[in-house]
Amino acid sequence: MSPSHATETTSHTRDRFLSLTALAVLGVFLWFAHNYLSGYVIRILNTIAIYIIVAVSYNLINGVTGQFSLQPNAFLAIGAYVTAILALSPEEKVQSFIIEPMIWPLSKICLHFPVSLAIGGLFTTLIAFLMAVPVFRVRGDYLAIVTLGFGEVLQVLANNLVPITNGPLGLKGLHPYTTLWWSWGLCIMTVFCVVRLVNSSYGRAMKAVREDERAAEAMGINAFWTKTLAFTVSAFFQGVAGGLLAHLITTISPGMFGFMLTFNLLTIIVVGGLGSTTGAILSAAIIVLLGEGLRTFEEPFTLFGHYFQGVAGMRMVIFSLLLIVVMLFADRGIMGREEFSWRKLIDWARSLAGGARRGRK
Amino acid sequence: MDYSFILQQIVFGLTLGCLYSLVAIGYTMVYGVLRLINFAHGDLLMVSAYLAFYGIVIFHLPWPVGFGLAIALTAVLGILIDRGAYKPIRRSPRISALITAIGVSFLLENLALVVIGARPKAFPEPAVFVGVLETGTLRIPYMSFWVLGVTAVLLAAVLVVVRRTRIGMAMRALSRDMETVRLMGIDIDRVISFTFVLGSALAAAGGIMWCLRDPPLDPFLGVMPGLKAFVAAVLGGIGSVTGAALGGLLLGLSEVLIVAVKPEWSGFKDAVAFSLLITILLTRPTGIVGEELPD
Repeated sequence: MSPSHATETTSHTRDRFLSLTALAVLGVFLWFAHNYLSGYVIRILNTIAIYIIVAVSYNLINGVTGQFSLQPNAFLAIGAYVTAILALSPEEKVQSFIIEPMIWPLSKICLHFPVSLAIGGLFTTLIAFLMAVPVFRVRGDYLAIVTLGFGEVLQVLANNLVPITNGPLGLKGLHPYTTLWWSWGLCIMTVFCVVRLVNSSYGRAMKAVREDERAAEAMGINAFWTKTLAFTVSAFFQGVAGGLLAHLITTISPGMFGFMLTFNLLTIIVVGGLGSTTGAILSAAIIVLLGEGLRTFEEPFTLFGHYFQGVAGMRMVIFSLLLIVVMLFADRGIMGREEFSWRKLIDWARSLAGGARRGRK
Repeated sequence: MDYSFILQQIVFGLTLGCLYSLVAIGYTMVYGVLRLINFAHGDLLMVSAYLAFYGIVIFHLPWPVGFGLAIALTAVLGILIDRGAYKPIRRSPRISALITAIGVSFLLENLALVVIGARPKAFPEPAVFVGVLETGTLRIPYMSFWVLGVTAVLLAAVLVVVRRTRIGMAMRALSRDMETVRLMGIDIDRVISFTFVLGSALAAAGGIMWCLRDPPLDPFLGVMPGLKAFVAAVLGGIGSVTGAALGGLLLGLSEVLIVAVKPEWSGFKDAVAFSLLITILLTRPTGIVGEELPD
């Protein structure tokens, strides 16, 4: 056995140890937050987790696979509606659906939250799969406009299929099932799955498609299936995130899932660095916190991270400027395509410490 | 359902279609030259409508001056957007430009929201545009004639510029091969600026007429017409001016006629355009007129 291989094994053990420690620290922090911090802080922490789920999965299709798709508002909407419809009890449905009663099989169904969440994710995956066939026949700008159009059509459907979605009134009085454990648990699971996927041979195929689709196909990669895989995996997590979101805010309506939502997510992954999962995570947290901070510039009627109608739009002005400035001056974002690793962190800490020591001399 | 009802709906469809066409031409020209979906193009409708509103209501300008000034200022804004946001990244990947365009669009909308406020404003309607022509059972607003007439004149003018002038020739050449055109000693930035001026002015005219037809003004006014005009440009075959005009008319007619024939589908009106887009892209990706699509 060569010495380098031995070091690699020890560093692997070290990384695993450090990762588990970090998880444990996060767990303790969440336990502390759950028991001792205010509802407002918990809400922000939940929001961050949900945005991380969406950003990381959105980055899979846009950053890693390089397909400029504008679909997350649509997938979040599907996940949110399916989960909410399944989790509401029949009596609550009767109360909500005042314009027209709900159609039969749906009106009687009432499932547990985890089951409806899973079905929400799977249903979104199914829709994504059906969508992939027509959508990935076009590329580039056309893909963007077709996926955007899909979101618009979906919003029209949500507004008009009153017996299923309750139309423009939306669904109210959902139970606040989304706790810190659900949101952060699923967030960690998402990050773990996406990172494993990106580092697998499938992930390398996705990157190859991003760099040059024709060359990738010449190497025997089926570009269509690779894109579809990224798209459907992304859809599953976004559907789940939609369900979490619905049961965090407890009210959903078609207007919530407009293009503005996709725009926010696009800002997140671009600022983080297209193609970097670490960037997506960091940037999701930063942007959610920034959004909360900027709220002081606006009037109180805003709900949850971004707002949909009405009063001042200072926050969106700052976000759009941020997006443009990042594109003009730092189009690689915070992380570029770099990823976090313990080795880099340790090297960085060492160089910092070394620099400080030299400075003191 | 009688013959005059259908005729009336066709006139309404054509009116809407003309407005889509005017905006679509700007999309198609910028796309032809830069290969960029200028998402901010739709918001120029909103900008020009507000400029006209302020000119007429606040500064009491006579309407021809107010409208003319609004169109001119919107054209200037078109150049500024290009110089400020698109020119610095002309050599970056196309995706960066597209993201920037979305950013500019949101910036315009939300800046308008912050500066002007969300409360809808009533667009002034000069007396010439108000009124309805009645012949038998047919009732056609004067505005429809204005829209049809103005669009015809502007479309003819654009076609002459693109096909018969030197700058039009430069635009067409640029859409074929930017590098070669640069090597031929043509000032590319001047041609691009001209494209933005032309496109923005058409969008501005469209925006003003849009608001004359449907007066409430709000900061997100341009979003839907803008998106649909882009769809129209793709339907017609992006890059082609006549294609954009045809696509706009087709889209306007189908939206109006579907609702006229099946009133219970009126809620789905906004979905028509995108369903049409998806169908067209799948069956005839180069649009009605058809031009080679770049990868």
